Amino acid sequence: MPRSRLTAPMRESTSLDLDKAVPVPTQPARRVTFAPAASPDPKQADALARAQAGDHQAFAQLYSLHKRRIYSLCLRMVGNIAEAEDLTQEAFLQLHRKIATFRGDSAFSTWLHRLAVNVVLMQLRKKGLNLISLDEAMEPVPEQSPGRSFGAPDLALSGAIDRLALERAVGDLPAGYRLIFILHDVEGYEHNEIASMLECSIGNSKSQLHKARLRLRDALRRSAQKEAQR
Amino acid sequence: MTGDRDKMSCVEFQAQLPELVGSGADAGAHPHIQSCELCRALLSDLETIAEAARQLFPVEEPPEELWEHIELAIKSEEGEPGDSN
Ligand SMILES: [Zn+2]
Repeated sequence: MPRSRLTAPMRESTSLDLDKAVPVPTQPARRVTFAPAASPDPKQADALARAQAGDHQAFAQLYSLHKRRIYSLCLRMVGNIAEAEDLTQEAFLQLHRKIATFRGDSAFSTWLHRLAVNVVLMQLRKKGLNLISLDEAMEPVPEQSPGRSFGAPDLALSGAIDRLALERAVGDLPAGYRLIFILHDVEGYEHNEIASMLECSIGNSKSQLHKARLRLRDALRRSAQKEAQR
Repeated sequence: MTGDRDKMSCVEFQAQLPELVGSGADAGAHPHIQSCELCRALLSDLETIAEAARQLFPVEEPPEELWEHIELAIKSEEGEPGDSN
């Protein structure tokens, strides 16, 4: 076990497999659809080549191969269905404009994923979320004194984590924290990648992620306590 | 609280934690973790959260009509006689 479990778990920077970034849930959950296999897929390679040559039918095929992953990504990042639809549309519009420039030096799904992240980030910037100085944009985190967790149950020891409670808590995070948490812990980007996408320092990315996780921990403890009082 | 060396080093340790964790080092091997139950619980919670994150947010299906919107937008872009370029 050379690496900590806290580092970006599902991707290696050399061979990116985005399928692992969106794992298939083990339990039959609500609203679940399964992502299609990403590259290398001969059908996709063919559709990609034809779409690059301007074949509309082939572009439609690429859309249906990637729509779930891109839509889900947008939804996670903005937490709002209407916005996620708009952003998905914008991402595929940009894809249509730029598809001829794809050179195949990364996996297409990785390239498209990154393009969609950038579309979302651009939108968030337009809306005034200052991604560079996330710290100032957000209310201060309450002092994390070690003593306050005394007596509270250890999340790991208190049994399986409540996935719905965690999703809710992620949704309640301030936008900047949510963004970094989603990009790193859910989507599997590394801090250096996040730093370059958000135009912030790597140290900033690390500390924001840490604060996001601390907030989630607090939220989960609170919800566990409420649950226990019932 | 003077002389409470452990408490003090918890604060110090937790101040280093974002960098320690973010660098990919094995934070669990840090000497402070070995000796401090509180920080061990904290680290273990953070690991639990990071692991659980991978199971979050199942992949969702966009609405059917989204493709029609995209097609329309593409057509209107292509229809426009290349604005100024
Ligand atoms: Zn400690």
